Amino acid sequence: MNNQLARILSALACGTVFGFGLALSGMLNPVRVQGFLDLFGAWDPSLAFVLGGAVIVAFIGVTLARRLKHPIFEWTFYLPTTKRIDKPLLFGSAIFGIGWGLGGLCPGPAIASLSLGLWQTPLFVLAMAIGMVIHDRFYKGGSR
Amino acid sequence: MSSYWYSLAGGLLIGLSAALLLLLNGRIAGISGIIGRLLGGDHLPANGAFLIGLILGPLVFKVFFGHAPDVTITEPWPLLIVAGLLVGFGTRLGSGCTSGHGVLGLARLSPRSFAAVVTFLIAGILTVFLLRKFGL
Repeated sequence: MNNQLARILSALACGTVFGFGLALSGMLNPVRVQGFLDLFGAWDPSLAFVLGGAVIVAFIGVTLARRLKHPIFEWTFYLPTTKRIDKPLLFGSAIFGIGWGLGGLCPGPAIASLSLGLWQTPLFVLAMAIGMVIHDRFYKGGSR
Repeated sequence: MSSYWYSLAGGLLIGLSAALLLLLNGRIAGISGIIGRLLGGDHLPANGAFLIGLILGPLVFKVFFGHAPDVTITEPWPLLIVAGLLVGFGTRLGSGCTSGHGVLGLARLSPRSFAAVVTFLIAGILTVFLLRKFGL
């Protein structure tokens, strides 16, 4: 199998597992997400298990990846190289956190729930895309 | 089975997906980064394929369990638009979201991602606190 096709098929499969995992975990549900963030109210801690479980398995993946010279279908790993904890990182994360709290949606669940036919999801995704484009126009060549 | 087990199982699958994408394609499964690169004109077919899979995932769930996953959106649409704009802008400025920083960044023991996760969790918790305070 040629590598380009292998990369596309593995990305498709990984995306599907990711979307299934989001659906199983409860992360698709904005009410649950807001319940998780409602630390001073009716706190629903269950979503902490999503992050915990995901990080443990991803950690195993990262550890295995460090033993490979290159990924199976690629010649090199594409990993972030920036190390600095700078203002864009903190301001951007704070702005994201405010939006996440307001809507109960982050990018993965927003895209995944497009398939469920709610009218609000495409609206949110469109606004999110506009937000990204506004950033990229104003901070072209800036941090990623 | 309590929602904790479902959440843990879902989390394990999300981690598996991220681990496999890294081992097979050498890429970080950061959703905001993938969307941002596609919008920026980087038409790597694998980016598109991942997003198509992401959309298919909940449909597979529906076939598997015979019902759609619970999704309840209570916020009014103008608030959702504001939320979307902030999420889009913020994830680009902050170089990631719950997947890139939250899952892979923490798994890579990146101090940068740790700072990002703490920041967006605090901002999210304060936002929901204020929403509840004003009865939204």
